[in-house]
Amino acid sequence: MKILVPVKRVLDANVAVRVKPDGTGVDLTNLRMSMNPFDEIAVEEAARLKEAGIVQTVTAVSIGPAQATDTLRAALAMGADDAILVKADGPVEPLAVAKILKALVETHQPDLVIMGKQAIDGDSGQVAQMLSALLGWPQATFASKVEMNGSIVRVTREVDGGLETIEMDLPAVISTDLRLNNPRRASLPSVMQAKKKPLEEIDAASLGVALEPTLRIASTLPPPGRKPGSRVESVSELIDKLKNEARVI
Amino acid sequence: MTTLILAEHDNAALLGATARAVLAALEIGAPIHVLVAGHNATGIAQSAAKLEGVEKVLLIDHESLAHGAPEPVSEAVVAVAAAYSHLGAPATTYGKSIMPRVAALLGVMQVSEITKVLSAHSFERPVYAGAAIETVEATADKIVFTVRASAFDAVGEGGSAPVETVEFTPTMRTSRFVGRESAGGGGPDLASAKIVVSGGRALGSAEQFNAIIQPLAEKLGAAIGASRAAVDAGYAPNDWQVGQTGKVVAPDLYIAVGISGAIQHLAGMKNSKVIVAIDKDPDAPIFAVADYGLVADIFEAVPELTKAL
Ligand SMILES: Cc1cc2nc3c(=O)[nH]c(=O)nc-3n(C[C@H](O)[C@H](O)[C@H](O)COP(=O)(O)OP(=O)(O)OC[C@H]3O[C@@H](n4cnc5c(N)ncnc54)[C@H](O)[C@@H]3O)c2cc1C
Repeated sequence: MKILVPVKRVLDANVAVRVKPDGTGVDLTNLRMSMNPFDEIAVEEAARLKEAGIVQTVTAVSIGPAQATDTLRAALAMGADDAILVKADGPVEPLAVAKILKALVETHQPDLVIMGKQAIDGDSGQVAQMLSALLGWPQATFASKVEMNGSIVRVTREVDGGLETIEMDLPAVISTDLRLNNPRRASLPSVMQAKKKPLEEIDAASLGVALEPTLRIASTLPPPGRKPGSRVESVSELIDKLKNEARVI
Repeated sequence: MTTLILAEHDNAALLGATARAVLAALEIGAPIHVLVAGHNATGIAQSAAKLEGVEKVLLIDHESLAHGAPEPVSEAVVAVAAAYSHLGAPATTYGKSIMPRVAALLGVMQVSEITKVLSAHSFERPVYAGAAIETVEATADKIVFTVRASAFDAVGEGGSAPVETVEFTPTMRTSRFVGRESAGGGGPDLASAKIVVSGGRALGSAEQFNAIIQPLAEKLGAAIGASRAAVDAGYAPNDWQVGQTGKVVAPDLYIAVGISGAIQHLAGMKNSKVIVAIDKDPDAPIFAVADYGLVADIFEAVPELTKAL
């Protein structure tokens, strides 16, 4: 069995976001970039299925600039067997990402695609669902548990109101939620080993997918600030303020 | 131009996020139809028909739609899509699972989680956990979007739109429903509550979470929320998580108890009208967004607060 795991290079979750003053976007120069945290969870899940002997090959794929090679090496260090960099400079919209992934699925024929439920930069949360729709494969979004049973996969999903369990026949698409697993920190030997694992580079254009964005980002601005608050010294002062100043209780 | 809103329901009742998505649709300025996709869902269609501003309700009733599986539901939306310029749904786990599929099947991008409608083609949406707000212009002949429900009020229920039934047969491979475990709680709904009390890692255990947070929430008639750390540690169920990757709430009053205020948490609550933070660390970032900050030990301050109310 084969798994494809898409991974995205994003601004590290612990780095403070700086919006460019001219409204043209977020300043990423010289800032720490990392694998999207949800994608780390996806790589971890695939690695565990491989370690359990259920899966033979885990292929990581990233669509992005040359530096996304680092993200792919990180996935290889966590346990992916090989990697594909689809080179694309500039932003690639979720629909184009889904189309590129569809083309790769058609050539690589995985049984399962596991990917993050959203990337923490654009917060769009679209690609897994789009890929599933384009392929005509069933989908399980927001997975917090994945159990493989032959050609059937049972997924517990984090939904509004609790947890939902569904089953899908393979091939299928899964998107990961935070509580699916705790991704490992790759050991030094596996980081070294990852440097020798195969990493193929292809040009996005060769897949015949149009990359020009279809949505126009007219501006990117900081959110409106809140007016500064005040400290209260005691519980009774808090109650007084809530009753008589804010009038919310 | 006509807008179609996909109704959010649990096959028993129409859920509140629908009325908020309809308000967002009103701001687009085109006539509004609502689609109810379900099984034995006539009652839900009748509820949707009462939403103010809705001109027509489409009902697609098929057994494949009983549990809201995204594959047939998205196919149902696409089956009626030809008549619409705009297709939207609330950005709940239901809408989020379905609408990107609709967009892909129609060959367009989705505009995710809009927080403001500027015109029929221009929307605001947060990115980077709300650290930036994008203005997005969509020029395709079909605009697919999801609506951040907390950013819009709900329309009223004085309407009486006609209900029209549409035939539908699914063709796509689909996931199969096995079961659902509800988080219980029974208190007010987190997404629409006027007051939310949220607990963080500081609570230390599920027992203490219940002992400290629940009585305060009960006194205030509040819904209960939690930080990711509290959910991960098992103090609170997953669907109480507030934040970038959990629920986004904007109640009149949000009380953060032992929550440090990481940007991912702030993303889910910083548009609340009044924010109270109780934390023992005077430098906790939560105080930067709090209207009223109390530096105190939660195990003393919260029971005192509960008692005094
Ligand atoms: C991809 C990603 C997505 C995320 N999504 C979310 C999300 O949706 N929601 C979310 O909440 N987080 C999310 N996080 C996690 C977030 O970064 C923080 O780790 C989390 O919010 C911290 O939770 P906390 O404030 O409860 O814990 P901590 O940061 O540990 O804060 C605990 C606070 O309690 C205080 N405290 C301790 N004991 C006491 C006491 N006795 N009395 C008073 N105060 C006390 C401390 O001073 C501290 O301020 C996400 C992270 C990532 C990387």
